[in-house]
Amino acid sequence: MTPVLELRNITKRFPGVLANDHISFTLEQNEIHALLGENGAGKSTLMNILYGLYQPDEGEIIVRGKPVTIHSPTDAIKVGIGMVHQHFMLVPVLTVTENVMLGDEMLTGGAFLDRKRAAQRIRDISKQYGLEVDPDAYIKDLPVGVQQRVEIIKLLFRNADILILDEPTAVLTPQEVDDLFKVIRSLVDQGKSLIFITHKLREVLMSADRITVLRLGRVVGSTTPKQATQQSLAAMMVGREVMLEIDKEPAKPGEVVLSVKDLEVLDERLNVAVDDVTFDVRAGEILGVAGVQGNGQTELVEAVTGMRNAISGHINILGQDVTHAAPRRITQLGVAHVPEDRQRDGLVLSYPIADNMALQEYYKPPYARGAVLDEAAIDKEAAVLVKQFDVRTPSIETPASSLSGGNQQKVLIARELSRPIKLLVASQPTRGLDVGSIEYIHKRIVQKRDEGTGVLLISPELDEILALSDRIAVMYRGRMVAIVDAATVTKEYLGLLMAGADPATTPLPARDKLAVAEAV
Amino acid sequence: MADSLVQDLLPKPAEGTSSVPWWRRIVEAVQLPLLALFTAFVVGAFIIALTDLAVLALLTDTISRLNAIGYALLALTAAVIILGIGISRRPEVILKRLGFAATGRQSRWFNIIAVLLTIAAVIGLLITIGFGPVLSAGAESVRRAYGALLEGSLGNPAQMIAAIQSGDGRQMAQAFYPISEALVASTPYIFAGLAVALGFRSGLFNIGVEGQLFIGAITSVFVGYSITGLPAIIHIPLALAAGALGGAAWAFIPGFLKARVGAHEVINTIMMNYIAFRLSEWLLNGPMKRPGSVPVSPFIEASAQLPRFFPDPIRFHFGFFIAIGAAAFVWWFLFKSKWGFELRTVGANPSAAKYAGMNIARTIILAMCLSGALAGLAGTNEVLGVNYNLANAFSSGYGFDSIALALLGRSHPAGVVAASLLFGTLRSGATRMQNVAQIPVDIISVIQALVIAFIAAPAIIRSIYRIVQAKGSDMVFTRGWGR
Repeated sequence: MTPVLELRNITKRFPGVLANDHISFTLEQNEIHALLGENGAGKSTLMNILYGLYQPDEGEIIVRGKPVTIHSPTDAIKVGIGMVHQHFMLVPVLTVTENVMLGDEMLTGGAFLDRKRAAQRIRDISKQYGLEVDPDAYIKDLPVGVQQRVEIIKLLFRNADILILDEPTAVLTPQEVDDLFKVIRSLVDQGKSLIFITHKLREVLMSADRITVLRLGRVVGSTTPKQATQQSLAAMMVGREVMLEIDKEPAKPGEVVLSVKDLEVLDERLNVAVDDVTFDVRAGEILGVAGVQGNGQTELVEAVTGMRNAISGHINILGQDVTHAAPRRITQLGVAHVPEDRQRDGLVLSYPIADNMALQEYYKPPYARGAVLDEAAIDKEAAVLVKQFDVRTPSIETPASSLSGGNQQKVLIARELSRPIKLLVASQPTRGLDVGSIEYIHKRIVQKRDEGTGVLLISPELDEILALSDRIAVMYRGRMVAIVDAATVTKEYLGLLMAGADPATTPLPARDKLAVAEAV
Repeated sequence: MADSLVQDLLPKPAEGTSSVPWWRRIVEAVQLPLLALFTAFVVGAFIIALTDLAVLALLTDTISRLNAIGYALLALTAAVIILGIGISRRPEVILKRLGFAATGRQSRWFNIIAVLLTIAAVIGLLITIGFGPVLSAGAESVRRAYGALLEGSLGNPAQMIAAIQSGDGRQMAQAFYPISEALVASTPYIFAGLAVALGFRSGLFNIGVEGQLFIGAITSVFVGYSITGLPAIIHIPLALAAGALGGAAWAFIPGFLKARVGAHEVINTIMMNYIAFRLSEWLLNGPMKRPGSVPVSPFIEASAQLPRFFPDPIRFHFGFFIAIGAAAFVWWFLFKSKWGFELRTVGANPSAAKYAGMNIARTIILAMCLSGALAGLAGTNEVLGVNYNLANAFSSGYGFDSIALALLGRSHPAGVVAASLLFGTLRSGATRMQNVAQIPVDIISVIQALVIAFIAAPAIIRSIYRIVQAKGSDMVFTRGWGR
């Protein structure tokens, strides 16, 4: 049987880089084919070629046996290829129907939008594929998982039958991920074919029919979930054996370094984002805060680090009340902060690495003598840190913007962890990073813990929380619904709490006896 | 988007490899401004040629005598232009068709050759059709205009050599008068340009330089004429300080409003400009008015005048050195001091500045005050060094031109000095251009405007000259509205 899509020897060069090196790839009818690879492996380039955003330098694209040239997304959709981007392309103030129609409007009388007919079509699609959505709802009111469904409906509305999903699970809760996998299974059962781009090993094994792994622009291998394990896939992706599990000793908690009591914080729109939260972090332990993004974790971290004012409650670091303290005072107490958005908060992208390394302590010796910055000292320190933290950069004068995400994060981690710190607040420390960098950063965090630093770790990735934490707190709608012992809890249970289940009544799919610890 | 992707894909070289050589970085820093300037002059040349009445008459005359073949050739010319543009836009595609590898260097050369060939073909065709006289008249008009501009601004080298050989003071003064005037005209530009540049570096768009400049002129001229009996060594610094403080105080207000309530500095500095203009008008018609019918201030004391170094009419004065000193200070402050580091960080990324514990409000106020002080010094320089009194029309828009200077100088003090020297030179030469070539001074304003447009929209220049943008090289001019 002819494959529905075939890429033959696709090569794409950018100045100085071979982004895709003779990549061949086939997608069979009714198949979920996962494209796995680290950041920079060439996945996005390949998909952008398929979607008409780039032209390949060599090679051909064959759709249902016919060679095609794709110059634009319009061409792509004409041959039935549709793509759901990682960042949704929806207009929040328009309804589902309007968003779906956008660019492919159904008209009556040649000029008027036929919303009714479009909405009916959307309902039909919803029903057929199990993509539940209200056509009249406004996008801004919909949860992320539903927005993603709208994106998929957009493609089906345009009769796409080759669907490309780019990192579709990045923004979803575990339950939403399960729903998504059901949906894509129902799509392929009804004749669609699907390319699923990701770097998450577990999801690939759960959902794909076939897996192709890319590394440095080349296909390193093709396999199936039956033959592969997470370990083998990771090794293919990175090119060496990778430690997926972190070896760590049991925690030896010491005195309380961070104590948060009855904390209430507002977000930008003055809604209560953190609602009556109380917890402690002790020296030498990692408290992981799990929760779907947007449940108050950001505001919690900002309040603890002085970036945002709490409206009530107390924050106490090393015995000092810092509820309304400025960021610098908190930093000076020995707090390191790995912010959620490294490019927005943690780095000045236009600055050289050396200046970024000095960003927290530029004002005092050895970086500054009096009013004058000591560039020699800044450079010397940066050179040491670059080496010590294995930052891959041509020089310390290179602007942070030209580093890869992983190396940017290493710069930030180097700066924060190289100081003598008592408390580390790490918000999504491995967001968007590849397996190799994740492994490295996890090791560093555990190392800090073992040195007696208290760690507050915030991550929407349950795997990360489970791998690192000694205790796990779950946040839901601004409240800390439970704090549990990491050793005894199951992923399913945490997933339920993250989705809003009441810990008091939720039956534990207990691995063994589960201790729902009191908020200490 | 493509750029970032490429960057992500770039193999990360091992540490220890050398970084970009310093000269490459300088070339990269100046290529865009220089090309913008060049392009502005090319467009300016067309405007000069096409607004020259003699050229226009010749042109209409030639067109009226065109026959059918002439029209056909004209159409062909148009086709050649379109084809030439088409080819030069897509050298890679064509090279590949021709079987070359289409490397960057190859396509660049191909591109240059294609452009030159197109120009040659177009000129050849136009001459064949009979536009030769029009072209030469236009070229002559442009040559005369730019020649007069050059001579009026820098002087005539032959005359200079003759003057030096003769050793005659009057002859020397005459020969070097243009270049000294160019320096005199550049001086306020340097101050004002630094003011805007310092703002840009801090993420602030200080459009209020003109107003701060007026206030600085008012305070310094007041100190200059009202205090008598001081020795120059005290009076001059006092008057300078008054000017700087006046400008700083005027800029403090929008700075404070921005830092405290997030009121956008663009709006507030513009409003403050009007207050400053009207305030100076009122002062010159009332409290500060010199007896007589014209609204001007009294002359400042001789002890407050910035020293001049040459006999009249050469007005070159000490202010130029103060300006250079100010540029050196701004450079040191921005790039070597910890306050400058804070200022640049707030400008480049306020979130990161907050994260790093910097006091953003204080930094914004400091930056506005320093910017205002520099602007104030621009006005001070004019009243203490050139005019010795304050009249309403003393500033010919230095404050607004300075925005272009800061852009042209890429907000770097050295760049601002270079750009100011250039603009000062153009300004002082423009007068001569008007006299000799009957080209209105305004053409310089047009060229300035074009430079601003090209610098503010670098994509135009990049696309014309096919320059690939280095990532992260974009400068922050100003932050968005509010906060």
